[in-house]
Amino acid sequence: MIFLFQKTLIFAIPLLIVALAGMFAERSGIINIALDGIMIFGSFSGALTAYLLRGNPFFVDHNQLTFVLCLFSAAFFGGLFSLLLSFSAINLKADQTIGGTALNMLAPALSMFFIKVLFFKDRLEMPGMPDSTGTTRDFGFAILNEDLNPVAQVFFNKAYISTFIAIGLFVLFSLWIYKTKTGLRLRSCGEHPQAAASVGINVNRMRYLGTTISGALAGFGGYLYIATVANGTASGAVEGMGFLALAIMIFGNWKPVGIALGALLFGFLKCLAVVSSQLSVNVNGTEVYFLKELGLPMYFYNLIPYIAVLLVLAFASKRSRAPKAEGIPYDKGMR
Amino acid sequence: MTSAKERRNEKSKTPFLRRDGVRSVIASLICILGGLVVGLIVLVILAVFNENIPVGEAFRGVFTLLSGPFSAGNLNDALFQAGNMFFQATPLIMTGLSVALAFKTGLFNIGAPGQYLMGAMGSLLVALSIPSTVVPAWIIWILALLTGIILGALWGCIPGFFKAKFNVNEVIVCIMTNWIAANIVSWVFFAADDLFINYDETKVNFIRKTATNGISTWTLGLDKVFGGSYMDISIFLACIIAVALYILINKTTFGYELRACGFNKNASRYAGMNEKRNIVLSMAIAGALAACGAAFWCLNGAQDFKWDTYQTLPADGFNGIPAALLASNNPIGVIFSAIFLKYLGVGGSNMAALTSFNEYVSPLIVAVIIYFAGASKLIKDILARRKVTVENTKDTRYAPEPVPSADPPKIEMLSAEEDRPPQEPAEERRDEE
Repeated sequence: MIFLFQKTLIFAIPLLIVALAGMFAERSGIINIALDGIMIFGSFSGALTAYLLRGNPFFVDHNQLTFVLCLFSAAFFGGLFSLLLSFSAINLKADQTIGGTALNMLAPALSMFFIKVLFFKDRLEMPGMPDSTGTTRDFGFAILNEDLNPVAQVFFNKAYISTFIAIGLFVLFSLWIYKTKTGLRLRSCGEHPQAAASVGINVNRMRYLGTTISGALAGFGGYLYIATVANGTASGAVEGMGFLALAIMIFGNWKPVGIALGALLFGFLKCLAVVSSQLSVNVNGTEVYFLKELGLPMYFYNLIPYIAVLLVLAFASKRSRAPKAEGIPYDKGMR
Repeated sequence: MTSAKERRNEKSKTPFLRRDGVRSVIASLICILGGLVVGLIVLVILAVFNENIPVGEAFRGVFTLLSGPFSAGNLNDALFQAGNMFFQATPLIMTGLSVALAFKTGLFNIGAPGQYLMGAMGSLLVALSIPSTVVPAWIIWILALLTGIILGALWGCIPGFFKAKFNVNEVIVCIMTNWIAANIVSWVFFAADDLFINYDETKVNFIRKTATNGISTWTLGLDKVFGGSYMDISIFLACIIAVALYILINKTTFGYELRACGFNKNASRYAGMNEKRNIVLSMAIAGALAACGAAFWCLNGAQDFKWDTYQTLPADGFNGIPAALLASNNPIGVIFSAIFLKYLGVGGSNMAALTSFNEYVSPLIVAVIIYFAGASKLIKDILARRKVTVENTKDTRYAPEPVPSADPPKIEMLSAEEDRPPQEPAEERRDEE
């Protein structure tokens, strides 16, 4: 049972942070369908940073520090990459869906191109590295506490340091967008940019800000995803997690609390697929055996989150509170 | 108001460069050029920073890429690569048509990969489960094609239904249906196992070739002409479908309704059209087209379909988007843009084989092309402004007498104000904003 909750958390955290990323872009009025692509690019740049840092023995010894540095490097490059989207959507007034799709195709092409050029292979793995004492170490868990009560174990046993950083960022950014002046201005640009402009807000700058924060968070989430879920292997794909995050954002009605709930729900559904396919390897809780006895192939569990998204979208459409101006290029002269 | 004849007259009198179609083609060419330039820049940067690669290699790489099959070396290899290029372009034409049709109705069909997979599954299930000793092979071929098309159409209905009924963004639904299709296809073949999986050649990741059941598309000797490649007649069928689709969209009431729905959903409802039905129908046809492309590919007879596809989606599905965008959603244009994209693909793999670069350059260039294509409206607007100035001077110099035409006021204005370009007021207004 604890195992299941731990796994759920591991899957929910990237979804949480990427869905928040989507929220920031859409609240400022830009549809960020490129979340998937930005995640891929972030995962590539994070993995590349890890590779470069590990050339230095200091960083091999201080594994958690390296991990955090990689996460923020991924965030930086994610933000940089998202400027392409902002430029096409804001300056070129291009169709945001097409621009986002272009980024979604560009990110895997770019990262695969460089992985192939730099490493002569199709994926960039992050195997454990021997440190100065000779023990092999990978990023792994920051905290290991076997002797805690079950509830605390979910958070404080086999926990990644990234989990706490991500939750911290989530709270911080949620407070920022709701409690500060800039946050309010950013949200107003997604609802009625002309009205916002009439009180002296620079709409284009706000939209750039929203999309760049979105890109940074998505890049962060991208490396978080491959480091915690996909064994740190950057292979130019995140299995549609970006789109799942987008659906969670819609499920959460473009609000942080809803997004948190959605991320937990879909994290659970997503982890079912993995847990069920790892049954022969991982034997821990009784629920896991129960799934095995049902004898359904993993494809069934893979399907569940996607079908759930469709159902959720159908039911959520009635009470949907999308930002009114999202997806519409800002035109000063329009009323 | 204007009869068809008058409109044709008007069209023939519109100066060549001011025609909408010509402008679209120029905009697409600019996008392609932009993509190639970015690709060249990436290669040059790479060559500069990598001491093992001389800078000249970058230009040689782009040249190889641009030569497509012609960079193969000898004639026989070039013909072989060209034949395969045409064969591989066939599913891409179909997915491009699928995306283009949906665009005409104002829908973004990014669900083509899922529809493609459903079509592949449908056609393979039929083609491999009916023994050709019992039923003539050509009947099975047609049945398999139809099954694929029907499955694809049904699969395409899902996003259309969600859009029409719940007004959910079709992009999200399309993506979800893609992954659902990928898992369903894997599951079906996983469950059916022995019947379809290729154990004979110990390629357990692939489905048996349909040729093992005696089913393959007619080649009419084309495969021999093209150096023993996979070339068959399916590309001609795809071209016929493209022409039919052009007629459907541009010359029929139904096509008019679809386009009206794409321009303005509310206005088309106000005009008495059933816009919800049109959305679902448009997506269904789009799904059928993508699935048809998959069926063409599978029924060739010599292709290995990877069944355990739950983690990957077919690239041809996604590449339908650039094919449609480059062609400005014109079905006839899709034929050329799809072949061009595959041409780049062949060039890319030749580049990987012959130079120090890898084959991922061509998807990179394609992605940049779509990035620019997103802004093609802007490019077209800029073109429109420039061309008017050019035509303006031309009109006054070579055609001093006003020609009676369908829109005389425009021409009079153009010829009267010789010194001042007619778009100036528009620009002034823009400045005021």
